[in-house]
Amino acid sequence: MRKVTVFITLKQGVLDPQGKQIQESLNVLGFNEVQQARVGKYMELQVEDGPNLEERVREMCDKLLANPVIEDYHFDVEEVVHS
Amino acid sequence: MRFAVIVFPGSNCDRDMYHAAKEVLGEEADLVWYQNSNLENYDGILLPGGFSYGDYLRSGAIAATSDVMEQVKVHAREGKPVLGVCNGFQILTESGLLPGALMRNKKLSFMCHQEELIVENNETMFTTGYKKGEVVRYPIAHGEGNYYCDQETLKELKANNQIVFTYQNNPNGSVENIAGIINKEGNVLGMMPHPERAVEKVLGSDDGLILFQSIVKNWRESYYVTNA
Repeated sequence: MRKVTVFITLKQGVLDPQGKQIQESLNVLGFNEVQQARVGKYMELQVEDGPNLEERVREMCDKLLANPVIEDYHFDVEEVVHS
Repeated sequence: MRFAVIVFPGSNCDRDMYHAAKEVLGEEADLVWYQNSNLENYDGILLPGGFSYGDYLRSGAIAATSDVMEQVKVHAREGKPVLGVCNGFQILTESGLLPGALMRNKKLSFMCHQEELIVENNETMFTTGYKKGEVVRYPIAHGEGNYYCDQETLKELKANNQIVFTYQNNPNGSVENIAGIINKEGNVLGMMPHPERAVEKVLGSDDGLILFQSIVKNWRESYYVTNA
């Protein structure tokens, strides 16, 4: 079994009104060093190991998990260690 | 003309769409549950607004993976009319039937009020009843209606005259004030504002009725030509 963690972010250049609001609120709280905030998604998938695992995950991202019109993604794969 | 109003879990404008097609327009219409459906005998597909699958992941993303959308794609390829309103528009972009994406409104809030739209293209099967440049009033009701596409797509939309409706006072931050677009072939229209909620004067506007009447009129004309 593998644990796949998928990170989905808005493409650079795509307006992120939620991120903008978070940045402004952080500034209001006195964290003036924050120049930008961008909001994304994090997902964990438990996936059976297989020969084309990375290719399959890429396909999952392209077909469903991310919208390629507005989002970029990357993912990490790690072994699930049973204790 | 026979319309199918596709109902997904979480659709909530399906009855309004049905009412517009069946009772106001006076055509045949069915509410069609998204599972085990057969769209073969329908002439037009109406994808209603709402929050299909609770807007999980992205609005319209889960509905776009359903089997019924594969059938809608076949229907679209055959040149039959497909109208997606609000969540229906989001499903059409997510399924790749229309370019671009609908993002969170610029000011983050859900908006529900009447908007003035400009008819940019009155040569589609959905808009021949309007004049080009005519201003019509439809209600909007969405939190994610901010149309986005890259510059290249925008150029293409303009070159092919695919921008059908624009907002007079852009409420949500949409690129080029876009409120509704059509596919290149001219038979799949997606729009955030609700024509089905503007079909009777008692609703505040009946400007949307012309859109439905245009579909029926153009369908009848093409039907008689191909079957004469």
